[in-house]
Amino acid sequence: MASRLALGMGPNPSQASSPESPPHQGGVGAISGMKAGVSDHKGSSDEECGRSLPFRPGEAAPRRERGARGNPWVNGPLIAVSLAFILIMLIAPLAVVLVEAFSAGVSVYLDAVSDEYALRALVLTLKAASLAIAVNTLFGLTAAWAVTRYAFKGKSLLITVIDIPFSVSPVIAGLIFILTFGRMSWLHPWLDAFGISIVFDTPGIILATIFVTMPFVARELIPTLEARGTDEEQAAALMGAGFLTIFRRVTLPHIRWALIYGVILCSARALGEFGAVSVVSGRLRGKTNTLPLHVEILYNEYKFTAAFAVASLLATAALFILAARVAVEWRSRRAGGEDSGHVR
Amino acid sequence: MYVELRHIHKSFDAVRAARDVSFGVDKGALAALLGPSGSGKTTILRMIAGLQNPDYGDILIDGLRVNDMPPSRRGIGFVFQNYALFRYMTVFDNIAFGLEVRKIPRAAVRDRVSELLALIGLEGFERRYPAQLSGGQKQRVAFARALAPNPSLLLLDEPFAAVDAKVRRELRLWLREMVGRLGVTSIFVTHDQDEAVEAADTIIVTNQGVVEQLGRPAELYKDPATPFVAGFIGDSTPLDDVTALKGFEGEAAPGAVRPEFIRILPPGEVGQYPNCLEEAVVEGILFRGAWLEVRLAVGGISLPARYPLEDPPLTVGDAVRVMIYRLYAFVGERVILRQNAGLRGMNSDYAYSI
Ligand SMILES: Nc1ncnc2c1ncn2[C@@H]1O[C@H](COP(=O)(O)OP(=O)(O)O)[C@@H](O)[C@H]1O
Ligand SMILES: [Mg+2]
Repeated sequence: MASRLALGMGPNPSQASSPESPPHQGGVGAISGMKAGVSDHKGSSDEECGRSLPFRPGEAAPRRERGARGNPWVNGPLIAVSLAFILIMLIAPLAVVLVEAFSAGVSVYLDAVSDEYALRALVLTLKAASLAIAVNTLFGLTAAWAVTRYAFKGKSLLITVIDIPFSVSPVIAGLIFILTFGRMSWLHPWLDAFGISIVFDTPGIILATIFVTMPFVARELIPTLEARGTDEEQAAALMGAGFLTIFRRVTLPHIRWALIYGVILCSARALGEFGAVSVVSGRLRGKTNTLPLHVEILYNEYKFTAAFAVASLLATAALFILAARVAVEWRSRRAGGEDSGHVR
Repeated sequence: MYVELRHIHKSFDAVRAARDVSFGVDKGALAALLGPSGSGKTTILRMIAGLQNPDYGDILIDGLRVNDMPPSRRGIGFVFQNYALFRYMTVFDNIAFGLEVRKIPRAAVRDRVSELLALIGLEGFERRYPAQLSGGQKQRVAFARALAPNPSLLLLDEPFAAVDAKVRRELRLWLREMVGRLGVTSIFVTHDQDEAVEAADTIIVTNQGVVEQLGRPAELYKDPATPFVAGFIGDSTPLDDVTALKGFEGEAAPGAVRPEFIRILPPGEVGQYPNCLEEAVVEGILFRGAWLEVRLAVGGISLPARYPLEDPPLTVGDAVRVMIYRLYAFVGERVILRQNAGLRGMNSDYAYSI
């Protein structure tokens, strides 16, 4: 519950739980909750549909007003504590990263950032992240579509399975790949014969990144599709529209913001993933090092300035992602207000 | 017969949503599927459209078996419950959608959409989004969208359920006129008998997945075929045993009586047939506009009856005498209209005219 409230800014707070607070059954619960919601207002009009759904961003406003009228002796300290906490836990560390990165001057910073190994790590990180984003967007769309549009055996199992990467520790995730594709695996001789190397190589890093970021898009899309029902798609199909037309003209406009939001969360995690990647990487400098791993190596070698310089790249990426996220949230809330008929 | 269902069965797990459903609708007719909620109306409509497949039985449209034909090839326009308008498209794009997927040239699409907008009286609303329309306007857009590709069969699922009562009445007259003008065979689903009676040529009464009766509104009203129809149509009051009422002695049977079968004698009137009059007490009086609805206690039974405004006024607690002219007795699955025994030999036309 706490994570829901804390992330209440998001279009789908329950879905936006960070990996640090594994949502356990949260996803499934939210989904079945939505189901109940849908059947409840089966008979009501479109606008009512939108209004009665949980987590409608527009609802935040009146609630905030009510809070503001409360006791100032309680509000003041509460606000101060929250701000202090945010300052100490989030803003100060970020500032330290930037200050340290530039502590030896701009030229040292540029050297550190344009170091050959740093650049290779950057390329590998971007490669793994973009592949993970592409794969998981496709997977998310397919899984969400299947789960919300068809009744089939093992459906609730699939919904649970989608969440596994969130409930498994990243280190375990990495180990899974080592056990599956590494020397101990019965697959290994076979892979070896074809000259395929996965563990301690780029494919392993990509697989690990895909694994840990798998749920993001699907978990954003499932409740959105679920809440919307299938009537519009059926109406379109009845008029003779094909799958692609229906998807492009009817489904996509509805899930657009959820999709973008899921991709943003997925990117953030893909760029920053440490644990799982660290296990499968083997840390071959210039070969299997991603940016987060590179930062750690530099740090362990007491190259603090360089470590902070490279870290500042990730921090900057995080800031951009945050900005994109805020923009999407703002835009989707506005869309929600304008064409009030839909969920967000 | 333009649409025909033959021995259709459909189950959802343990729920039997359609049981041996057979009926036909003539070309150009406006038919209503009338029944309580959960009686299988939507399921029947969706099977005709091809959105659901029957477990057994044949569906024919224009003499052709369409069971294996995809929905889009059946020539159907469908108005969904709650309309299912494309909420991210303007009114124009909503109506144009069915034409565009048919690759109809743009100019022709524009002409057709303008024509339909004029038909539904929403010129100037092209650029609005569904969320910016009232319930009645949405209903009209859904209607235009379904009609755009010139379907030969129009199916409407509870088309008036989501609009308020006043607009609803307007809309059903409008629908009736529109369907009459276009001559498109139409079937609409409703749970409201007034709606069915007012708009439809033919009513198909469903109950628990079974078709109870098919007929013109007046036929259903005058000659209900099953106890369910006798109870469902009109403001019928169920009776445990009709022989408890004066003038209906004989073989015991459950039944039903309608308010218009009962006449309250104004205080002071002697009445011609004293031995078939019931003693009753006025329990409540409701003003219904053209008449008063009076709730009577007759023996242990509570019955609604009508009382003209012109007659001497009644008050709650008054003892009155009432004449029950006739009622329905249920013998097995049959419905028998029984006349009051005291009226035997009297002109039966007179009995009907009350
Ligand atoms: N997709 C479905 N899955 C399971 N049961 C259903 C489904 N559709 C309808 N039913 C059941 O079939 C019965 C008839 O439903 P329906 O045709 O919607 O009735 P109506 O439209 O007359 O209210 C109901 O008991 C309903 O619960
Ligand atoms: Mg229905």
